[in-house]
Amino acid sequence: MTRELSFAQALCEATDLCLSRDPSVYVMGLGVPDVKGLFGSTAGLVKKHGPRRVRDMPTAENGMTGVALGSALVGMRPILTHQRVDFALLAMEQIVNQAAKWHYMFGGNARAPMVMRLIVGRGWGQGPQHAQSLQAWFAHVPGLRVAMPTTAYDAKGMLISAVEDDGPVVLIEHRWLYNLRSEVPEEIYRVPLDRARVARVGGDVTVAATSYMTVEALRAAQQLSRRGIEIEVVDLRSINPLDIDALLASVTKTGRLVVADTGTTSFGVGAEVVARVSEEAFSELNAPPRRVASPDAPSPSAPSLSIEYFPRALEIECAVHACLGLPPPLAEPCAHPLDIPDPDFVGPF
Amino acid sequence: MNTPDDARLLRDLLLIRIVEEEIAKRYPEQEMRCPTHLCIGQEATAVGVCRALQETDVVFSGHRSHGHYLAKGGDLTRMIAEIYGRVSGCSRGKGGSMHLIDPSVGFLGAVPIVSSTIPMAVGAAFGFALRGESRVAAVFFGDAAVEEGVFHESLAFAMLERLAVIFVCENNLYSVQTPLSARQPSSRSLCDLARGHGMTAEHADGNDVFAVRSVARAAVERARQGGGPTFLELPTYRWLEHVGPDEDGALGYRSAEEINAWKERCPVAHAQKVLLEREVVDAAGIGALRQNIEDQVQQAFAAAKSAPVPDAAELLTHVFTGGRTPIDRESL
Repeated sequence: MTRELSFAQALCEATDLCLSRDPSVYVMGLGVPDVKGLFGSTAGLVKKHGPRRVRDMPTAENGMTGVALGSALVGMRPILTHQRVDFALLAMEQIVNQAAKWHYMFGGNARAPMVMRLIVGRGWGQGPQHAQSLQAWFAHVPGLRVAMPTTAYDAKGMLISAVEDDGPVVLIEHRWLYNLRSEVPEEIYRVPLDRARVARVGGDVTVAATSYMTVEALRAAQQLSRRGIEIEVVDLRSINPLDIDALLASVTKTGRLVVADTGTTSFGVGAEVVARVSEEAFSELNAPPRRVASPDAPSPSAPSLSIEYFPRALEIECAVHACLGLPPPLAEPCAHPLDIPDPDFVGPF
Repeated sequence: MNTPDDARLLRDLLLIRIVEEEIAKRYPEQEMRCPTHLCIGQEATAVGVCRALQETDVVFSGHRSHGHYLAKGGDLTRMIAEIYGRVSGCSRGKGGSMHLIDPSVGFLGAVPIVSSTIPMAVGAAFGFALRGESRVAAVFFGDAAVEEGVFHESLAFAMLERLAVIFVCENNLYSVQTPLSARQPSSRSLCDLARGHGMTAEHADGNDVFAVRSVARAAVERARQGGGPTFLELPTYRWLEHVGPDEDGALGYRSAEEINAWKERCPVAHAQKVLLEREVVDAAGIGALRQNIEDQVQQAFAAAKSAPVPDAAELLTHVFTGGRTPIDRESL
């Protein structure tokens, strides 16, 4: 049966199913069993599965990543959570030097099945160390699968795939997606960790987007459509490996490419997508590809600055116009403050 | 005193010593083309601890891991092949001397980032605890590892969960060429650090394999009974340079007197002397044992050197596992 769930509820349901079906699965992270349940994504799980498998942990990110890895090496399948991407930076040694390479550097003689869920905490003045979107960092490390689901459907299907994968998977979840709802089947299903999704069909410009920028791209598509411009929105979903076939199929059709990413611009996902498409389909491009991402600065706290920092639908519209040789569109006023995901939101996060 | 066990101690000590000497002898041929950290002088810590463990128990190690790998029962030919960069190596030539593994005997991996396998050993013990198994995890590391934050994170969690893990600190007094005195205050011992976490800590002569085995047995027994983790400080000494086959007295960072004093306390000679005195072995028996090991080692080198190197396709193999384990195994 299918019904509507929020992104957070879909993650929670996926985790519940994994815990129910596989005794080697456990969930561990700061706040996982508490009343807030990691923004609802682990709510109620401790009651059902008990505190041994739905666990809090010491504030020792690097050590506990090593603990999760060590348990994976003897047959467990941990899901390790961090309330912010930024906190996982304390664990980069275990993630980059160890988990990512474990299978390769031991010649395939060992496996490290573990999921690391990292949340991007944009908005409400989160500032320089609570709002980073570092998918490009993780994707640069060979051996790490890096996925960014956008819809509730994909959140559930990709988390199940991540738990089942026999290697380390970094799942980067944008906080602004947590309340968005979509149709989600009740049963177990998998969304592959290496396939993009065409979120909207269009023939004029390909907009390849990551995570929450897919939402902004679909908003941009509505505005552009009123002006007779039909964009194709490709939700990348998987950052590493990149679904280059899906990108090439779309760009071959449209001849134009905009990449919209939640991270900063330089050396980012946009840079990689533009490079790959240019290398493999340069002759298909009718205009220079464009990137829409945050400027190369830390993410500031003040609402007035963060409005400038985080790109929105308007920036995507501007990039699409530029690809088509059109003057930039006029900005339409937004009905609610721009440092929160929706008008019902009240701080703190 | 257990005679077959004691004979095994000597066999393992001699195996490690002879393997390391053979590597040192052949290293200048420039065919073992990876950084290689030899453990001559430190054999007793590896052997004493591993002989206190069962085969189903697991061990992790660091950059100087040959002794630990061999003492746990790791395959000799595959280790030598790994150092020679052969596809028959224990890591198919992708790891080298610093990345040994033999899961079939519970040697779950060695890596050269100082302190990095400490939380993994804790995690392995955590996995055993979650599944209700009475297996034990041990991890070998040096005196510098206690300077890393992750060492303390690991001890704290091992205590919180009373995990069956043995932290084996081989204190050889130097981090590369930097002495302990330049890195840690003399007013507190390595054991004090573990005790600060509320952990049982024991100190034993790291060059006396019997003393090492004795404290390790007590630690393993306590761990298996649910008594929680133990920290062992085992002072010992590396005879050769930090990395490579040569002596390094000429560098001047440690005195000839210091080096010679430790060599006089050779762990292999000490074990032989004790076992001769106790009449567990005789001189002829030791001679035969040595010859047998030397033959094995020569065969291992010959097999390793004649094995093929990895082909180019191996480069991109094993980046991802390519494997999935369904959560609903019965339905697929």
